[in-house]
Amino acid sequence: MSVAPAEVERPETGEEVIADRPWITIVWNDPVNLMSYVTYVFQTVFGYPKSKAEKLMLDVHHKGKAVVSSGAREAMEGVAQTLHSYGLWATVSHDS
Amino acid sequence: MSQEEEAGGLMAGFRAASGGVTARFAAAQAGIIRNLVSQVAELVGGDSLAGQDAEPDGQQDAGPLAGTAAALDAQFGLSDSTEAPDDPALARLLPDAYRDDPKAAAEFRRYTEQGLRSGKVAAARTVLATLPPRGGRIRLSEPQGQAWLRALNDVRLALSVRLGVTEDFDADVADMGSDDPRYAYVWVYQWLAYLQESLVEALG
Repeated sequence: MSVAPAEVERPETGEEVIADRPWITIVWNDPVNLMSYVTYVFQTVFGYPKSKAEKLMLDVHHKGKAVVSSGAREAMEGVAQTLHSYGLWATVSHDS
Repeated sequence: MSQEEEAGGLMAGFRAASGGVTARFAAAQAGIIRNLVSQVAELVGGDSLAGQDAEPDGQQDAGPLAGTAAALDAQFGLSDSTEAPDDPALARLLPDAYRDDPKAAAEFRRYTEQGLRSGKVAAARTVLATLPPRGGRIRLSEPQGQAWLRALNDVRLALSVRLGVTEDFDADVADMGSDDPRYAYVWVYQWLAYLQESLVEALG
């Protein structure tokens, strides 16, 4: 992983949002986060019952990544930010 | 993700208690946790913790972990690269939110990174405020326990980068000689996993 340059200047032109392609938040597998912890985070952040959180965790674990949320861009960035606060490796992208 | 539930042994870890969780720590264990949590806080928060945690000189406490925290300092220097955004441990704690869009990643970082940093420092402060240098039995409210979870996880993430943890890490450890400089720290890493696991269960 790399870190984006801190000093990039960017004009405030706003983003084109394409309404029919929702944004998604993806959680990537990593060799550090405990399976029980990831399940706990999904329960806490999304309010899922344990069984659903566990299934999502196993998706991440076995497939290398999983879409954990979809919707408006700002909302997906908020989800990613929350997951980062728990140390999960989350990214935002356009659904493809 | 790893399953290191079996790695503990030295202690019972956390268990549920009325209104929260409880655990008992030896002074040497408390010293290691406080040291590593402080280092991560310095890594993500600059010197905002300076003076907060005059490091307890717990090294005179005999025990299996005695001296390890100081050695970790010297060997891994988690707090060496405070200013370097390209420090891989810091990059893991403050990851890019966009994989293939550096502009979007920079923009996201501009608006969220400070909050992320201060949240991690706040979790570290909760650990330092609730774990006396001398150890002993501690009781945590549920929110305090959740802060501990995040802080322990941050420590493990930072350590994992320094230790080069991969999916094949268990095999690497099996092949690791006791003369390997990482050997003792692998033990700490696994102990913290065990501790975190017990905390997840106690909170769950």
